[in-house]
Formats: sequence, structure tokens, C-alpha cells
Amino acid sequence: MLNSVHLYMRYIEISVRGQMQYRASFVMLSMGHLLATGVEFVAILVLFARFDNLQGWTLHEVAFLYGMVNIAFSIADAAARGFDLFGNMVKSGDFDRLLTRPRSTALQLAGQELTLRRVGRFAQGFGVMIWASVAMDVSWSATDVALLMMVVTGGVCMFMGLVVIQATLAFWTTETLEIMNTVTYGGVETTQYPIAIYRPWFQRLFTFGVPLACVSYFPALAIIGKPDPLGSPLWFQYAAPLIGVAFLMVTLRLWRFGERHYLSTGS
Amino acid sequence: MKSYWAVVSARFRELLQYRAAAVAGMGTQLFWGLIRVMIFEAFYRSSAAEHPMEIDEVTTYVWLGQAFLALLPWNLDLNLRNQIRTGGVGYELIRPVDLYAYWFSRSLAWRTAPTLLRAPLLILFAFIIMGMHTPASWEAAGAFIIAMAGAVLLSAALSTLFNISILWTLSADGMLGLAPAIVTILSGMIVPIPLFPEWAQTILNFLPFRGLVDTPFRLYLGHIPPGDLPMLLAHQLAWTVAIVIFGRWALSRGLRRVVIQGG
Repeated sequence: MLNSVHLYMRYIEISVRGQMQYRASFVMLSMGHLLATGVEFVAILVLFARFDNLQGWTLHEVAFLYGMVNIAFSIADAAARGFDLFGNMVKSGDFDRLLTRPRSTALQLAGQELTLRRVGRFAQGFGVMIWASVAMDVSWSATDVALLMMVVTGGVCMFMGLVVIQATLAFWTTETLEIMNTVTYGGVETTQYPIAIYRPWFQRLFTFGVPLACVSYFPALAIIGKPDPLGSPLWFQYAAPLIGVAFLMVTLRLWRFGERHYLSTGS
Repeated sequence: MKSYWAVVSARFRELLQYRAAAVAGMGTQLFWGLIRVMIFEAFYRSSAAEHPMEIDEVTTYVWLGQAFLALLPWNLDLNLRNQIRTGGVGYELIRPVDLYAYWFSRSLAWRTAPTLLRAPLLILFAFIIMGMHTPASWEAAGAFIIAMAGAVLLSAALSTLFNISILWTLSADGMLGLAPAIVTILSGMIVPIPLFPEWAQTILNFLPFRGLVDTPFRLYLGHIPPGDLPMLLAHQLAWTVAIVIFGRWALSRGLRRVVIQGG
């Protein structure tokens, strides 16, 4: 286990050093990423300027939620790049090489790349969250900070789990399925607004099916101290982020299952 | 002229090969449209005040947006990018055609083919199960179709300009990230322009991007009377001409400094 962590750190070190060879390009790409993901927040600002509240949620409350989700997603997006590339590796047969090494394939894929330019979305989400929490006077007690850490951890695990599922499907389809983007990118889009505003079946989908609301909406309520119109108890709001971690564990199980069914394309 | 037509039709047939991808993409877009519609519905439920657009209009607007998403100048021609990176662009220079017109034709096909694949089915779905409305009147429908043609030309001109920008940056990644962001927010794709604050509307109504989404969609809804069509068409075409002229100039400048990458 310790050895795996050490190895992962080595992988990441190499990936980071590689990207830092093109420093100017890195800075430009990060800025571009910041602006590109920032337009979504502009849309939120515009809508609040017109409607002034969203079913009892203020701009600052939604902004806080938005920041939290984007922080978690940006980290997962940077760390899970290897799984994104996986579809091409299956197609070209490069995945066979990973199988010959005496380490788990999931670890090797995760170590492929830590995409640093995702810092653009991260910085943007972080900035929005800080701005919102200052405006709302969030007290940031030790429990709040601990819960936020848990939310980010749970959120990163959750999003990575979704990417792992997407990659696992490629064992059978040899093609990464675009339809999974509905729950990754679509999930970000959905959960950056309070889940309570959606239709009931949709709320259930993102609470029980793809439990993204457990790493965003529910714990956010506990931090900003807002009663839940859906009526979830406080203990659940604190425990919910753990579901994200459990989700990743389950998907890694599925991954190992898929791996045993892998047939090389032979090319 | 014949050679440009050949480019368009070849490109068209190439893209028509990816029918399965089109169907998968449609599923994604239906889901996406549904999220957007629910967000707007929630905002409209939250306020009793009078708004510049009805929620029914916004719903139809969102579905039109999903149907014609591929028409927006928001991705780059990846073949062209590879050519510029590998030096293949040298072959483009020796063809006996006007390079700008050639690239423009490619963009035109690149924008229209995927739209023609996706739009009809998506609109059908949206009519049947998603509560999309038909055009406000026959005049509105006619004005919509004409403005759509203007939007296609404008979109092709912008796409071509984005493609030309790779001559400077070599790596298309920056442009690939920025173009969709700029285009979707400024055209009214994410939030319809009438919902923006007044001061922002003045700017957005001047910029070219509204011609891609806002103009045709609001004509469809009857939110802009069909009688305004000539003025709006003039806005679209004036910008198209300006962007084409600028693109031609940028291309000739870019080619003068282009280095054919060897290897």
C-alpha cells in the first residue's frame, strides 16, 4: 500500500515536471480554462440579477454550492485524465503493456497524468466559494472546515468513480461512451444549483442513482446552516460525503471485474 | 465555384458516416436541455414579477438551442490543426484554389452536416415529449428560416477566423477552450439576451454573436416581429462581410509568417 502511494507520487512528479517544460503554454492554458469555465458563473450572476432568488436560495448560497462542486470536479478532472485516455489505449492495444507490469492497472492509469491546467477551474471555483462565504459570514468553525475537507474528498472520489465507470464500459465497447458525459459534466451542471429545484425523479436520480447530491447539496446545507426543504436530517448531511468514497471503492471493484473480461484488440 | 462545391459535398458525405455518434450525441443533448429547462422553470417559479420572456418561450428557446447547437462556431477543424502542426498546410498552399474560400467552404460543411443530422430528430422529440412550441405564425417561421441561413454564413465566417488563428498559436488548445465559452454566453445560448441587464443587452445587440442564436430563435417565437427581419438580416450580413474581410487579411498575414513544420 505504502509502496503504491510512493509510486503514485513518482508518477505525478514526472507528469508535473513534464508539463512545466512548457511554462508559458501552461500559464495560457490555465488562464483560458479559468475564463472558459467562468462563463457558467456569469450565467448565474445574470439570472440572479433578473430573478433575485431561486426558490428561496440567494445568489451567495448558490455561489457557495457552485464553488464547492467546481473545486471537487476540477481536482477529479485533473487526476483522472489517464482514464479519459483509456479508450484510445484499448483501441490501439497499448493497454496490454500496463497489464504486464506488476502493479494494479488503475494505479498506473491514475498516474498517467495530473493535468495541471485544470487549476483554472479550481481557482475560479475556489474564488467564488471564498467570495460567497465572506458575503454570507460563514463562521468557519473547526467542524465546518473538517466537513468541507470531507466534501471535497468525497466529491473528488465521486467524480473519479464516474470516470472509472465510463472507462470500465470501454472493456466491452472498446469505445468511451459519450453518453456518460451526461452524469459527469451534466452532473456538475446539475449540482451547482440546489437539487431541490429539480423535478422529483431527477432529484432521486442524483441522490440515489448517481449520488452527486450527497457530496454537494446536503453537506453544503450543514455548512451554511440552511434548513433543507427536502427534509434531510442534520446527521445525514454530515455523513453524506462518505458515500462518495464508498462509490469510488465500488467502481474500482467493477473495474477489476471488467479487466478480467478484457480482450485485446490485437493491434 | 465548382471546386468549392465539391469540398462542401465531400465533407458532408464524410460526416454523414458517423450516424451512431449523432444518435448518442442526441441523448446527451436531450438530457442537457432538460437540466436547462428545469433551472429556468425554477427561476420563473421564484418570482411573480413580469419578465421580458415567458417561461414557455424560454423552454422553446432552450430546445431550439439544443437542436442547433452544432451550428455554433465552437469547435475547430482538427484536420486543419494537424496540418498546421505537421506542416501539411504546405499542400494547401499549392492547390489552385483561393485558400480562404476553400477553408470557408470546409467550415460551411462542418457546421451544417452535423446539424442536419441531429436537428430534425431532436426537434421531433422536443415537440412530442418536452413541450416545445411551433413557430408563432407562418411569417415567423419564414423569418426564422431566412435568419437561420444568415446564421449559417455568420457561423462559417467565425469558424474560419478561429481556424486561421491557429496559424499564430500553433496549438489550438487555447482557442478550443475559449471559443465555446465566448460564443455560448455572448450569443444568448446559455441565457437568452432579453434576460440580461439593460446595459449588457446594448453591447450584446451590437456584437455579431447574437446573429447566431438570439436573432433566429426570437423570430421563431414571434418575440421579435417578422417585420424586423430586414434590419436583423443586415446586421448578420454586415458582420459576416466584416469577418470575412478581416479573415482574409489575417490569413494572408498569417501565411507570410507561417513556417512549414518539417518532419
